[in-house]
Amino acid sequence: MIGWFDANLVSILNGFAIGSLLFILAVGLSIVFGMMDVLNLAHGAFFLVGSYLSVTFLAGASWGGFLTALGVAALVGLLAGGVLSGMTEPLARRPILDQALLTLGISLIVAEVLSIVYGNDVRSVRPPPGLRGSTDVAGDAYPTYRLLLIGIGLALALVVWLVVERTSVGALVRASVADREMVSAMGIDNRKVKVAVLGLGSMLATVAGVLAAPVYGARPGLDETILLLALVVIVIGGLGSIRGALIGALVIGQVESLGRALLPDLASFILFGTLALVLVVRPRGLFAGKVAHS
Amino acid sequence: MTVDSPPARGTPGATAAAGGTPRRRGSRPLAAVLGLVLLAVLAAVPLFVDPFGTNTLSRILVFALFAMSLDLLVGITGLPSLGHAAWFGIGAYTAGLVAEHWTAEGVVTVLLAAVAGAVGAAATGWLAVRSSGVFFLMLTLAIGELVHQLAQSADTVTGGSNGLFGIPSIRVAGTPLTLAGYVYWFVLAVVLLGALGLWLVSASPFGAALRGIRDNEARMRSLGYTPFRYKYAAFVLAGGFAGLAGGLFAGLVRIVNPSDAGFSTSALLLLAVILGGAGTLWGPALGAAVVVLVRDTYGPTLEGHGPLLLGVVFVLAVYLLPQGVAGLAGVRAGIGRRRPAREGSS
Repeated sequence: MIGWFDANLVSILNGFAIGSLLFILAVGLSIVFGMMDVLNLAHGAFFLVGSYLSVTFLAGASWGGFLTALGVAALVGLLAGGVLSGMTEPLARRPILDQALLTLGISLIVAEVLSIVYGNDVRSVRPPPGLRGSTDVAGDAYPTYRLLLIGIGLALALVVWLVVERTSVGALVRASVADREMVSAMGIDNRKVKVAVLGLGSMLATVAGVLAAPVYGARPGLDETILLLALVVIVIGGLGSIRGALIGALVIGQVESLGRALLPDLASFILFGTLALVLVVRPRGLFAGKVAHS
Repeated sequence: MTVDSPPARGTPGATAAAGGTPRRRGSRPLAAVLGLVLLAVLAAVPLFVDPFGTNTLSRILVFALFAMSLDLLVGITGLPSLGHAAWFGIGAYTAGLVAEHWTAEGVVTVLLAAVAGAVGAAATGWLAVRSSGVFFLMLTLAIGELVHQLAQSADTVTGGSNGLFGIPSIRVAGTPLTLAGYVYWFVLAVVLLGALGLWLVSASPFGAALRGIRDNEARMRSLGYTPFRYKYAAFVLAGGFAGLAGGLFAGLVRIVNPSDAGFSTSALLLLAVILGGAGTLWGPALGAAVVVLVRDTYGPTLEGHGPLLLGVVFVLAVYLLPQGVAGLAGVRAGIGRRRPAREGSS
């Protein structure tokens, strides 16, 4: 057992790094859906915007570039979320499929504009200086940047948990997931909450894109891959559940990394097989709230 | 089924089903004449359109049948699927493999493709139709991706990411159809039969029950129906017709790629259904024509940025055509995709 663990340590760590990234992505997607019933299929495209921003600002060359990319990405994400919130407002009373189609259309447009601006080549981004080397983890050399990613993911999970469970903003979030009409009846402006939630959710997507750039680079099609993974994560975890997003991200991170290392031919089957299995056992995901979204 | 027809008359679905025929009795002869004219024009196309145009039109017909099969799920049963291309892909691969290894007889390949599509849908549908709404969307997405991955990874059988190529041309009674016009006529005949089949399903008491489930599942259950069985049957039927379209596609294009079974094809089809007007069958067929034209004909002229145009179409369609093109034609009231019951209960 110890020997097996040793042999696969790098894959396991990679799984945690991917899981961290997926958590940052999925938590935004999940809160947006849980609170606002908006299934944002443009989330992957926003992620890719972040990745390409780090290409533009040469995030790999210096810390200045990296931090600029992060800041600009956060701003762009906030704006994009605000715009999206305005665009989905007229569709609020229509079936959920309409919003899904709208965001799918937006994601097609964003992805194509990116490929017009940046071309179709695969762009790679180096980690910022000082994080390019590797660190010794139990005898294996492991890229420092990915260790940092794991740390960021865990820290973010902690922050999100603290905010949601311990602050009044968090109480508002939980209340909105449970019963939006009641929250609005108590005098809280639903539209403002929606702008804020979509802005924050989209910001998490673009920031995750910047953070992921040194690992995944930036290329056309990455948005779709990432979106599928994030969707699998939130469906497994339960839509609207933050704990679910964390557990789902960690599971899918390991499936993506360890699964790919151990059973390279079956990795994708394991991924979607896990999803199907979870939905058979728990049709609304592992940590779905008591309130059913349909 | 025999027990089902009497109560169906009292359900909300029955009125919706009837909406297509009796209420518009006045325009019925007109519709029939229009249909016949359209049929004649479609049949005469190869006589005065160049082979390239004929080929494009064949592709439009195939996708029209495909979109109508998805409409059976989305518009009539109220189950939005994001993995419908899986059955299309299974049908296409089946037809391609049968043609390569056994016989290229058109009728055989196409029928086997339909059977394969239905079997695939039957194997997974029992799982998918247990859920609804977003969860159905996600589950069908997962199933579709599984099939896509299967096509990608089973490269000894399917050719992997290179696709299955070198599929022999369709034969009818042993003679290979080499001219675009003959292939077109074969495609037209099969698509018309398929469309007729879908129309019969939709107009039957079974179709009325499906509409009832879409509009108010709880009420249908209290009337003694078992929604699960109906939804499952609709899923399998839709899979079968999608497989049929896939079989035609393989014979027409003679190359099948894993992406034909993937997410983007499914999303495109869903757009066609919504664009045309879900629940009307003919609307989605029109929507498919628009989508195929945008993607294959106008797409390449935009330096490969067809998806940009598609994205714009997506966004505009959602805002400007809430009931699809069919909504513009005034066929609204109950046939559109509004599901008041579901919205009210959630």
